[in-house]
Amino acid sequence: MAEVEETLKRIQTHKGVIGTIVVNAEGIPIRTTLDNSTTVQYAGLLHQLTMKARSTVRDLDPQNDLTFLRIRPKKHEIMVAPDKEYLLIVIQNPSE
Amino acid sequence: MEIVHVYTKKRNEFGRQCNFSDRPAELHVDILPDPSLASNFIERDPCDIPIQCTQEMSEHEVNTERFESDTRGINHVEGGWPKDVNPQEMEQTIRFRKKVEKDEHYFSTIMQLGSNMEHCIKQNNAINIYQEYFEEEEVVEESEEQPSAKTINVFRDPNEIKRTATCLSWHPDGSCKLAVAYSSLGFQNISPDMSYDSYIWDIENPNKPEMTLKPVSLLVCLEYNPKDSHILVGGSYNGQIAYWDTRKGSQPVEMSTIEHSHRDPVYKVIWLQSKTGTDTFSASTDGQVLWWDIRKMSEPTERLVLDPNKKGNLDNALGAISLEFETTMPTKFMVGTEQGLVVSCNRKAKTPAEKIVCTYSGHHGPIYALQRNPFFPKNFLTVADWTARIWSEDIKESSIMWTKYHMAYLSDGCWSPVRPSVFFTVKMDGTLDVWDFLFKQNDPTLSLKVCDEALYSLRVQDNGRFLACGSQLGTATLLEISPGLCTLQRNEKALATAMFERETKREKILEARHREMRLKERSRSEQSKDEDTKEGDGEESVEELATRTEAEFYEIVEAELKKRAKEQEKKWVFINLFINSAKKETSLFQDPVFQR
Repeated sequence: MAEVEETLKRIQTHKGVIGTIVVNAEGIPIRTTLDNSTTVQYAGLLHQLTMKARSTVRDLDPQNDLTFLRIRPKKHEIMVAPDKEYLLIVIQNPSE
Repeated sequence: MEIVHVYTKKRNEFGRQCNFSDRPAELHVDILPDPSLASNFIERDPCDIPIQCTQEMSEHEVNTERFESDTRGINHVEGGWPKDVNPQEMEQTIRFRKKVEKDEHYFSTIMQLGSNMEHCIKQNNAINIYQEYFEEEEVVEESEEQPSAKTINVFRDPNEIKRTATCLSWHPDGSCKLAVAYSSLGFQNISPDMSYDSYIWDIENPNKPEMTLKPVSLLVCLEYNPKDSHILVGGSYNGQIAYWDTRKGSQPVEMSTIEHSHRDPVYKVIWLQSKTGTDTFSASTDGQVLWWDIRKMSEPTERLVLDPNKKGNLDNALGAISLEFETTMPTKFMVGTEQGLVVSCNRKAKTPAEKIVCTYSGHHGPIYALQRNPFFPKNFLTVADWTARIWSEDIKESSIMWTKYHMAYLSDGCWSPVRPSVFFTVKMDGTLDVWDFLFKQNDPTLSLKVCDEALYSLRVQDNGRFLACGSQLGTATLLEISPGLCTLQRNEKALATAMFERETKREKILEARHREMRLKERSRSEQSKDEDTKEGDGEESVEELATRTEAEFYEIVEAELKKRAKEQEKKWVFINLFINSAKKETSLFQDPVFQR
């Protein structure tokens, strides 16, 4: 339990990281460092996107699976690490 | 009277078959033509009637019904929670979360995902994978493309009775909105059903105006406040000024009182540069220029009567049609009048007589547009009658550069805000001309027919890329110009400066010569006057003048006729030559040697 906390805290304290969100399979945010409305938005939208990305990868090659998803908008980068049950979302401002 | 034929038939003969018999033809009646009767009739002219035996087709136009779409947003509320957990309740959600966190699976998953994620984060911090190389080397090519302009959107007046779009104003920030003032400038052309509304359009949506402004009378001109993008001031047909706040709705926030407003339609209203950002001034054909503070619209703060004799006499005043104000020179401003004069005024003068500094004459008709060059404030552009002229402030007698006389009236014009040598004009035949006097002086660089009806107004957006023009039927067209016409060329400023200076010098020299000649004439006429006897000077000269002008007129007409006759002769000679040569050629053709 404590290790989980430690891991998440370590991720949060990396340079440029703005926020961390852990979402479960139903899109419910379990753990978050951002405010509620933003979290709900990110959780809902990224969950759907990850599902779609995963199904795309599997359609192209059934042996393949999605391991990581990176979205680079202009302002900061959104990284999604998917799993069968949970989703770890990190928003980082990449260094120039 | 009933004509009845009675016949009898035996009862046992009913239903019997008919017995036909054959007999030779018998002539019963023979009517021969009687020529004497023909005199009662007139023969008709034979006429040719074409008849065609083809498939008959008809043309039918069909248009689907207009489909209006509207965009709306939906507010999503939190969802996905299992049935027993109420998302509004903090306790329940926290309890659920804690339960999930205690799961074993959660633990292992997070550890694994965490390490993955850390790797990527560190990667990001180490190097920027999207770095742009060769950013500084912007490929600057000499664009060989043809200058062109493309229509992007057309905004039509939604009312049944179309009014002219007389003035356009771009939104000061970002220019995504366009305010258009609609009015009818024809004398007493306003019908009772005409709507008084003016609209603000969002340039992305040409189907419906974003906002309506409802004035008391038709708006002739409309301007956004460059300091506060929610405030607009408008001048209306009945002479009043009103201002709107777009946050407050369609009705004007305040209107000026009728007694202190203009007596004629307000043709131009401009915002002034001031600390409060609430000063404007307006001009109208009643000869007055009034200054207003929009916080107190009951009375103008200052008044100037455009009397060329500097006496402040309203009867002598020149009607003002356009105004010019440059924020870099806040004390000076210029007024373009109906009589074709441009009056330059100084706002800070003590007496009204000193307010009018000088006048520039040279146009034959009302000056519809007046604008200083944003890069060279000493030079300004005037658009009036059939020409557009560029003036230098120092030369008062004539313009330093002018276009040729066009076939249609020019109704509006403006400089490009990004290129010092480019300006735009619109004409009454619906064409838009783009002039670049460093490229071509005699003709417009680009001439584009925007619509079939007359164009009345024109406004360029601040980035120089888009321009909007308004037409007689209330259609505002948004055009995008090719990048060649809106990017500053390499030595454009230097070339334009050189050109302006050269033309100014030329005019100065001409002016000096004229002055000399006039002085000489005056001294000569003074000498001759002393010699002649003084007669009824006034009437004599008028009569003489009349006869002289008549003689001159006839001379000119005769000369023109002679010239025409000569040209006609020339043409006939040419045609004869041509026919002869053609004959020769055909005769050659029939020569057997030539045939292949």
